[in-house]
Amino acid sequence: MVNLMSTPSSKISLLSVENYDRLKRRQESNHKAVWNLLDAVKDPEIPPLSIWDLGVLQDITQQQAVITVTITPTYSGCPAMQVIAEDITTVLQRAGYSNFRIATRLSPAWTTDWLSESARNRLRQYGVTPPQEEDAIFCPQCSSTEVRLISEFGSTACKALYQCKTCQEPFDYFKRI
Amino acid sequence: MLIDKSQLKIFVLRLADDALVIAHRLSEWCSHGPSLEEDLALTNVALDYMGRARMFYGYAAEIAGDGSTEDTYAYDRDCRDFTNLLIHELPRGDFAFTMARQYLVDEFNLAYMELLQQSKDPTLAAIATKANKEGLYHLRRSRKWLLRLGDGTAESHNRLQQAMEDIWGYTTELFEMDELEQAIVEAGIGVNAIHLHPQWKQRVTATLTEATITVPSSDWAVTGGRKGIHTEALGHILSDMQFLQRAYPGQQW
Repeated sequence: MVNLMSTPSSKISLLSVENYDRLKRRQESNHKAVWNLLDAVKDPEIPPLSIWDLGVLQDITQQQAVITVTITPTYSGCPAMQVIAEDITTVLQRAGYSNFRIATRLSPAWTTDWLSESARNRLRQYGVTPPQEEDAIFCPQCSSTEVRLISEFGSTACKALYQCKTCQEPFDYFKRI
Repeated sequence: MLIDKSQLKIFVLRLADDALVIAHRLSEWCSHGPSLEEDLALTNVALDYMGRARMFYGYAAEIAGDGSTEDTYAYDRDCRDFTNLLIHELPRGDFAFTMARQYLVDEFNLAYMELLQQSKDPTLAAIATKANKEGLYHLRRSRKWLLRLGDGTAESHNRLQQAMEDIWGYTTELFEMDELEQAIVEAGIGVNAIHLHPQWKQRVTATLTEATITVPSSDWAVTGGRKGIHTEALGHILSDMQFLQRAYPGQQW
């Protein structure tokens, strides 16, 4: 684990080495424009999160004239990955890039620990409870932790279905993996 | 000890076939689940296995380096070329049968993938790490269903007991090793499935006992999947799954 001062608040957040490396790759990249462009690519199932927020976007490199965009899959069979690859292609082509390829990297395996604080807040505002310790799962509507699991799998593999026992509302929980 | 590429490919295809065939069986529940939540859960687990199959097939194609793709392996091979363990191909049966099979396979897979993460082959280790994370959720769900069905109504109890009796003889094969897999284990790439049996048996016995289900007797066993000798069921899966590519080779979405 690496300590980094996060800019907006003075809170010290804990970053995994893998995510620290990812941040560093972006900060030290010669392709900042491409990284920024790809902030426009959202998870088709969870539009408030970009592929950068999710940790899917891993690296952007260039060899000779070819730019390689490296992504990592969330869940093995997540159908959104196909759409994400298509969306990356569309965004880059619209910006005038033609010589690029999309590579998939499996290791390090994707984890929800890579979600930033801001991404977690946006998830919650969207009505999805961000990944938590099991006993801290709360209702995104009323914040109650009196909740019950309805199903381990919700509308997508990454979410579980819960119901709040306080306000009775059902809600999606973004599983910790 | 070193193994050659063709041995590695055969091994990877075994893992791929296991994943594809169980994914297909689970996907058959799509829009037939007992409730909307279960429909979603069954198909989400199917997707995880399908993703796993694609990663393994993709890796096999990379090893082969002969222009094969994941689709070549899924669509262009016949029954005898498929080397999945037979338990995966058994018809889905009723919900009790599907969950009984899933639970037994989930317990096995989780233990297997946990060890495969240590493989000296980086691609297999990476796939296993993803499979392991997902497998925790699979097992948690299937185990809960076993408790609920076994300790539920007389009807659900009887159906689960019957399912266990019908499946039990197919679990022997999970723990068989042939020369090829021995060589793969000795090369530090594979997992010795025989070593997984005591813990698997213990965990399964604990769950079945809690579910008030009697552990079936191990007086029969059917094996042959790794040699390409299958039950009648696999041919039906393939005729369903491969029809379009057989009729219109190379067709794409």
